Amino acid sequence: MTVSVAKIAIDLAAVLLLALGIKGLSKVRSARSANGLAALAMGLAVVGLLIQVQPPPVAWLWIAIGSAVGGFLGTLTARTVAMTAMPQTVALFNGCGGMSSLLVALGVALVPQGESLMAPVVEAVSIAISVLVGAITFSGSIVAMGKLQGWLSTPAWAQTRARHAVNIALAVAALIGLIATVVPIAGGAQADATAPIAALTLLVLASSLLGIGVTMPIGGADMPVVISLLNSYSGVAAAAAGFVVGSQLLIVAGAMVGAAGLILTKVMCDGMNRSLVSVLFGGALGGTAAASGGGGEYTNITSCSPEECALTLEAAERVVIVPGYGLAVAQAQHVLREVTNLLEQHGVAVDYAIHPVAGRMPGHMNVLLAEADVPYEQLKEMDVINPEFPATDVVLVLGANDVVNPQAKKDPTSPLYGMPVLDVQEATSVFVVKRGMSAGYSGIKNDLFELTNTSMVFGDAKAVLGTLLQELRELGVGKAAAKV
Amino acid sequence: MALNELLWVLLLGSLLGLELIGKVPPTLHTPLMSGANAISGITVLAALTLIARAGDRVPLLVLGAVSLGFALYNVVGGFLVTDRMLAMFSRRKPASSRSTKS
Repeated sequence: MTVSVAKIAIDLAAVLLLALGIKGLSKVRSARSANGLAALAMGLAVVGLLIQVQPPPVAWLWIAIGSAVGGFLGTLTARTVAMTAMPQTVALFNGCGGMSSLLVALGVALVPQGESLMAPVVEAVSIAISVLVGAITFSGSIVAMGKLQGWLSTPAWAQTRARHAVNIALAVAALIGLIATVVPIAGGAQADATAPIAALTLLVLASSLLGIGVTMPIGGADMPVVISLLNSYSGVAAAAAGFVVGSQLLIVAGAMVGAAGLILTKVMCDGMNRSLVSVLFGGALGGTAAASGGGGEYTNITSCSPEECALTLEAAERVVIVPGYGLAVAQAQHVLREVTNLLEQHGVAVDYAIHPVAGRMPGHMNVLLAEADVPYEQLKEMDVINPEFPATDVVLVLGANDVVNPQAKKDPTSPLYGMPVLDVQEATSVFVVKRGMSAGYSGIKNDLFELTNTSMVFGDAKAVLGTLLQELRELGVGKAAAKV
Repeated sequence: MALNELLWVLLLGSLLGLELIGKVPPTLHTPLMSGANAISGITVLAALTLIARAGDRVPLLVLGAVSLGFALYNVVGGFLVTDRMLAMFSRRKPASSRSTKS
């Protein structure tokens, strides 16, 4: 009796802390402590469960092995992974959550039903759903990770309409597997029967392939939406696993993550002005772009040297920096900081324009710039900065590409059409620092580069900024102010 | 355990989740996704339950341990990496008061 009272108290505390954790994660000031609260809640939940089930000695050995390996690898990954690799890391972790639900469901399916905690039909349905969603989450997340890491590219079949037929066939196969898993048990098989192995195998295979088939065609800026959606699925898989083992805490936590993930997915879609349906079934970016083979040749490109760029910057009153993934990868944030410091001392107003999906994921650029000590008060969001471009003298685009492509507003046939972009072309002059004329992440030609007020400064972001810094110093920029 | 009770829990949990995420600043999209992701590793509970119920059936013990490993990888890695990201936002607080905005 006392044990169950303690268990209930611990569970309630855990749910409360989890809710506070999710709530706090959506505000800048409370986010870090909220993350700690959620971790504490998880620890409490584990303690509560161990008090309740009181595992026998042999179980402890396996618990120790599983915890040691998972915990060690998790710590190692979290400590060593680069901030630029964050999207694929989140995808990997997420996939592992899905795999865990899948394995638990398979395990319970192998336990004779005489020992079930739940009514056989409920258990069979829960197992089937847990396997289905868990497998989709795992295989989808691994594909997403592979694509973000650059290990996988969008294959040809994924760009054809045939992919819909393939995916529908896979979905039907998964559904057959699901029904074949549930029906024999619902139909009143003997109490000691286990779930049919063949049906479960079909279910696992079909849903794993479905996860691959759905994720494979998606690329470019749509990728983060998929990760967020898969994150939501992993919550659903956890809730389903909660039904399998009869844990209310698991159900409520899984449901919270599932619902919160869905909201976050919607927020992201709204931010990019794309609907979830077009992300999932359009497979637009990436796919179409690769098919059109880089999007045509450039004509009328003006290129210039860092010296010319420095002269223009010196004469400017207002400069806006557009940082992109290329800047972060080159670790050029620190040199950039020095350049902007000089300009500010010279009396130039400097701002950073942050596109919602700059980097590889919404908010990713903020994380990357935070790593380089750029104050986040200086980072201006797209809606704030866009009306200010006409009053801007110089825009410096550093390693960003798709987020400044005017095609998104002008060309309805462009795969980028409809995605909100930074209106940098409205400024008096635009400098684009880029290594070459290669296409951006989406593989689409950028009309910005051909505009008369745009100059290309070719070179690695870090090297160009280094030269720029030197030129500015030679021009005496910032010196006078520094002496005062 | 009664099914209707669990369905109530599912319904209320979903509503709670919908309610909790309102307006998220884009700055926090990545950390929030990563944090929610770590919470989905709550399947540790299911894995532990499976191990505890496995008795002396080794295949089940192994399945449970592997499942626990995957779940804990998600939980431990997820929380730590989220903390690493968020630490970078708070660290700059004192430094940023110095730099003036135009």
